[in-house]
Amino acid sequence: MEAIILQILNGLDKGSAYALIALGLTLIFGTLGVVNFAHGALFMIGAFCAVTLSRILTASYTVIDESQTDFLGNPLKVDMPYVHDWFGQATGDAIIDWAVPLSILFAIPVMMLIGVIMERGLIKHFYNRPHADQILVTFGLAIVLQEVIKYYYGANPIPTPAPEAFDGSFDFGAMLGFDPNMIIYPYWRIIYFVFAAIIIGGVFAFLQFTTFGMVVRAGMADRDTVKLLGINIDRRFTIMFGLAAAVAGLAGVMYTPINSPNYHMGMDFLVLSFVVVVVGGMGSLPGAVLAGFLLGILESFASMGAVLEILPGLNQIIIYLVAIIILLTRPRGLMGRKGVMED
Amino acid sequence: MSKSNFTRRGLLKTGAVTGAGLALPTYLAAQESYLNAPTGASVTLGFNVPQSGPYADEGADELRAYELAVEHLNGTGADNGMLETFSSKALEGNGILGKEVKYVTGDTQTKSDAARASAKSMIEKDGAIMITGGSSSGVAVAVQALCQEAGVIFMAGLTHSNDTTGKDRKANGFRHFFNSYMSGAALAPVLAANYGTDRKAYHLTADYNWGYTTEEAVRASTEAMGWETVAAVKTPLTQTDFSSYIAPVLQSGADTLVLNHYGGNMVNSLTNAVQFGLRDKQVNGKDFQIVVPLYSRLMAKGAGANVKGIFGSTNWHWSLQDDASKAFVKSFGTKYGFPPSQAAHTCYVQAILYADAVQRAGSFAPCAVVEALEGFEFDGMGNGPTLYRAEDHQCFKDVLVVKGKENPTSEFDLLEIVEVTPMEQVMYAPDHPQMGGADASLGSCNNGA
Repeated sequence: MEAIILQILNGLDKGSAYALIALGLTLIFGTLGVVNFAHGALFMIGAFCAVTLSRILTASYTVIDESQTDFLGNPLKVDMPYVHDWFGQATGDAIIDWAVPLSILFAIPVMMLIGVIMERGLIKHFYNRPHADQILVTFGLAIVLQEVIKYYYGANPIPTPAPEAFDGSFDFGAMLGFDPNMIIYPYWRIIYFVFAAIIIGGVFAFLQFTTFGMVVRAGMADRDTVKLLGINIDRRFTIMFGLAAAVAGLAGVMYTPINSPNYHMGMDFLVLSFVVVVVGGMGSLPGAVLAGFLLGILESFASMGAVLEILPGLNQIIIYLVAIIILLTRPRGLMGRKGVMED
Repeated sequence: MSKSNFTRRGLLKTGAVTGAGLALPTYLAAQESYLNAPTGASVTLGFNVPQSGPYADEGADELRAYELAVEHLNGTGADNGMLETFSSKALEGNGILGKEVKYVTGDTQTKSDAARASAKSMIEKDGAIMITGGSSSGVAVAVQALCQEAGVIFMAGLTHSNDTTGKDRKANGFRHFFNSYMSGAALAPVLAANYGTDRKAYHLTADYNWGYTTEEAVRASTEAMGWETVAAVKTPLTQTDFSSYIAPVLQSGADTLVLNHYGGNMVNSLTNAVQFGLRDKQVNGKDFQIVVPLYSRLMAKGAGANVKGIFGSTNWHWSLQDDASKAFVKSFGTKYGFPPSQAAHTCYVQAILYADAVQRAGSFAPCAVVEALEGFEFDGMGNGPTLYRAEDHQCFKDVLVVKGKENPTSEFDLLEIVEVTPMEQVMYAPDHPQMGGADASLGSCNNGA
């Protein structure tokens, strides 16, 4: 029982990341009809927004400490962060410690801008081209973006920890009456899940309860009619692309304490997220969220020792197995619109 | 009517010239009957390192070390690095056998097929006489087999799997880096001394060749000390989030987690394990502990503060205080501004050892180099007295047991040396079961001609 609860918890935070990326993917497909293989790169760039802000906050000047030596035996150069001078040692350390949450504010405008530039500069030229062309150009763009990041930040993962206040894990087992330490879960992963729920809820509310969202939904249903009404739907779709980029970026920012970011992390998530979108139904926002959590939980269960003893290797194929079954039995996905992916 | 020009004198002259002409290639072939024999004033070495992909930073450090070695071999560097401390004095700082050392580079991408393609290109197109480098055992085994077939020497870079000089050993291949068996043999006594002999270990193992040999070695050596292995779970090499593998660890009753992971896998699994708060827990009345059998400073940097207090092993570390290590750190640090990694060290040493073997053999012929390296005992290269064992072409030397430093003074100061395990403690028989048993064989050296 403890193992099952634990894997459900695991699945929820894994599913949160899948859902956030898949949400943006399906939003872009639903609005612009573009299959965006650069979406994983947006997740990665979001993570590097956190790395960048962390570096900005720790920007330092050097002082020579004659009492210590460096590896060559020269007097040690000690980095002194500017924030210590500006805000004092304690406040400065607290600001540096909270770099990841602060990066949310930094990443939103940056990611929206990147999204809009990407859409206006490249992707709009491929609206009327076959999906194969869109996949090729966006995949190429993803590789370019990751190589740019690798050039500036290197190939090694860069540790970007959560604030110290969130170190450690919460003992769900003790709360539910099980033995202590049987069901523990890191605080930051719980926060990631809550954060994902807020973002997903926010996007749905934005589309459901605002005039802008209503127009976008109308455009998704019948773009030509909305245009005939004199509404500049293209501009709204561009903004939606920026919004989708911001959602992917925020997913990346909050993911940095879970796994140290590296230039390749977007690719690691990209294929899985596409499977999530296909299983959920191309263009279906609720489908993306549902499939994200569903596949996250299934993947976690498939990684259990007891399961692997009976079916070795299941953890590596479970998601694709589900995708095959869904595509065979319900090509439009769990919550896809009739006709999409069925012709 | 035709007039014949045949005379006795003319026949003799023609015969002598023809004979000499026919004999010359035979004479040359006898002297230089091996692939890519250098004919001009220079000799070309092939540095096959990951220049792209996840180990690109490690590859860049390997390349820096090779460039430094070339400077030292040619006598064009600011100093002579470890040539000053190396026990063999055959090298004179004027290249190898008087030929200037030039090099070409290839990108392994840490993929076996790409590494073989780049090595093949350097051998066939650039005329490289020796291939060296790499950051993965899969790559090392693949390139070593290629070099054996082609008939050039392979001086392995960073490769830790037993198989490289175990079941997949080759006559043309040599490894300076230590291996999984040695890690286990060096770590186990330190773990027993620090954590006791009554421990329950849970292994997470990367699902590929290196992971298997490391798990096997650490299990064997820790179980011999009294530890019990409660579970060993394979994790996909492509895994990035290890939460679903780490979460069940405490439920298993284990009080120690062994992460048989390297590179990005190690960074992520260790980060995840620390996030789960495993090290804050008490199990079986003991503090929960994590062990990382193979440490790399470059990788430890990726894991940040999570490495603090965690034991592992390493081939070499820049903080060693012997004259050779200090000379290398000074040379490398002055040129590049930061201390060398263990990958840089092993690659530098391999390049120098190859050059020295050629110099001592008086020939670039691979079989002559093999003969010069087999059983070669040396010192002054940073690891103390070292033996290149003839039976498997594995270097035997002291092994470092290290621990993540609690209070690092710089971004390079991440590991502290806990113990220098003597060579005798990590020695094993050439036909040891973990090394392929009695069936493992070097085969014959190949000159490639």
